[in-house]
Amino acid sequence: MELKDKLVSSFLAFENTINVDAPVHDIRSQAIKVFEEKGFPTKKEEAWKYTSLNAILKHDYSIFPKEENALEFKDVKKYFLYDLDTYKIVFIDGKYSSHLSETTHDKIDVCLMSSALSHEKYKPIVDNYFNKIARQDGLTSLNTAFSKEGAYIYIPKNKLADKPVQIIHFSTGKESAQMLQPRNLIVVEENSHVQIIERHQSLTDNPVLTNSVTEIFVDKRAIVDYYKIQNDNQTASLIDNTYIEQQGQSVASVHTFAFGGNLTRNNLNFFQKGEGIDSILNGVTIIEGKQHVDHNTLVHHQEPNCESHQDYKGIFDEKATGVFNGKIIVDKEAQKTNAFQSNNNILLSDKATINSKPQLEIFADDVKCSHGCTIGQLDDNALFYMKSRGIGEKEARALLMYAFANNVLESVKIPQLKTRINKLIANKLGVDIGFDL
Amino acid sequence: MLEIKDLHASVEGKEILKGLNLNVKAGEIHAVMGPNGAGKSTLANIIAGKEEYEVTAGGILLDGEDIEELAAEERAHKGVFLSFQYPVEIPGVTVTNFMKTAINETRKAQGLEEMPAKDMLKKIREKSELLEIDRKFLSRSLNEGFSGGEKKRNEIFQMAMMEPKLAILDETDSGLDIDALRIVANGVNRLKSENNAIVVITHYQRLLDHIVPDYVHVLYDGKIVKSGSKELALELEEKGYDWIKEEINA
Repeated sequence: MELKDKLVSSFLAFENTINVDAPVHDIRSQAIKVFEEKGFPTKKEEAWKYTSLNAILKHDYSIFPKEENALEFKDVKKYFLYDLDTYKIVFIDGKYSSHLSETTHDKIDVCLMSSALSHEKYKPIVDNYFNKIARQDGLTSLNTAFSKEGAYIYIPKNKLADKPVQIIHFSTGKESAQMLQPRNLIVVEENSHVQIIERHQSLTDNPVLTNSVTEIFVDKRAIVDYYKIQNDNQTASLIDNTYIEQQGQSVASVHTFAFGGNLTRNNLNFFQKGEGIDSILNGVTIIEGKQHVDHNTLVHHQEPNCESHQDYKGIFDEKATGVFNGKIIVDKEAQKTNAFQSNNNILLSDKATINSKPQLEIFADDVKCSHGCTIGQLDDNALFYMKSRGIGEKEARALLMYAFANNVLESVKIPQLKTRINKLIANKLGVDIGFDL
Repeated sequence: MLEIKDLHASVEGKEILKGLNLNVKAGEIHAVMGPNGAGKSTLANIIAGKEEYEVTAGGILLDGEDIEELAAEERAHKGVFLSFQYPVEIPGVTVTNFMKTAINETRKAQGLEEMPAKDMLKKIREKSELLEIDRKFLSRSLNEGFSGGEKKRNEIFQMAMMEPKLAILDETDSGLDIDALRIVANGVNRLKSENNAIVVITHYQRLLDHIVPDYVHVLYDGKIVKSGSKELALELEEKGYDWIKEEINA
């Protein structure tokens, strides 16, 4: 049976596991119809021209985890940012692991989507925000239909989350191929602040396909910093759909570190609903082998006097392929918009590919919009210069690549996270030099 | 220390060095002068190990060891240093961190521990004072947006940090105003000892007023065609290179 048919027919079985009387269930029922109609995207769609899901949709994924799998912290410690005190929302094969998690209901809520969807206390927030900005496309609708578990973060107004939140999804692959559909809802009210680190980690060679949807609401003057670490193994694929709505004078940043995985697609969408907003989209992609990473961004400027800053760096080796498709829409009302976009790439091999496509749709007349894209190689003169100072070939190349990505790395606000990412890069490049630039 | 014997070298099939001989002993300063296109920069790059050049005959010995097969970084580990005519801009890497990496990678290759951070900072402070380099300058990206003079001063700062056995200064005086020239020359002179050697490659004589060579060689058409004492440099300054060409072609 095709995956699409299997998913549609699984919906009935899914309904047996949840409360079908909850209001969100109408949303789910509606969503499965949309998925049934639209299905998975194909390369015929402009937004999917360079990314084909065909190969990863061929596996016979299990849709629901059959058993609860446990993990010991010591075995998965390295995937945590363990040298930093954080809240943790951890899932194993899509099921919540209380053992590895640390949640809170003290002034702020850092807990589970399943609780939020089933407890009366959360109903006003869920009614207000759940599925309000998620796009009604096939993939997002599929996630909505099966939405049950994920992270729920609610920061009421005038509150600072006292420590960052880590959201980690492990897949153990004890059941052959597995599909996961985490659903996160993050609501940050006026003047509040939270930092979130998200990671998907497969612990198996069995195929894993994650179709994740995250909705983030950033109210007036609130600040949200979101970091995505994508350093998964070769059989894990991720489709990340993130939707962010910002109100006046808020600042939201998303950093995406794409260092590995089979196929990774990031659909990152920002909607600006007030004045004086700043949206920041940064990314570093370093991949090799036959890995594929596709960044598909949208910033929709709808009000005057807002800014957006996009800076994506990509380094592609061997037969890796990258896509950057950055769309900026400036509505007629959004005068005095400053929108910047830059996408710089280095190809280390003749067989590596990057498709970079800026898309600007500007309907206002008093705006500053710029975009730039470069594709190049490592500079031989710079390599010789470094080598002549005693720095070995591998280290010199690594240092140049690190320097290339440095301004994005520098914008990471959590020092322990910055150190960790530097180490991930050093490991990836096979060098042992301290990148404390 | 450095022995170059009958060196023939070409780049992209074109022969540039055509049987060059040069002998440099520890404690000596040699100047290599010559007109444009004589092969001066080729000589500098070949000693440092740039890969585009192909040595077709002859050899380069450092302390009796043939270094021709060594990579640029291995030559650096053995104490070879090239002050670049055109230092490369490397955005994203600060001067300080570039030097830390260079020194520690060299120490690693020599089987030494990394230099303790405290010692590194002290050394950086001392050497930057020697070259009259502002501390703020050290946290800027390497050579990015530096003036010509700043780049050259930074090269000699790196030389001071690396403490090479053999330093090749390729057109170090170009782009320097008179004050910078004095600072750079003073730095080089302070670094000079009985145990190291310096080869100054230059088109003009003026740097040699400050860094006084023991020997002056004229490089023309890929060969050393004349050698002499420092007075030869003055003669070249006065008369240009034409008389040398005439002498050779006669």
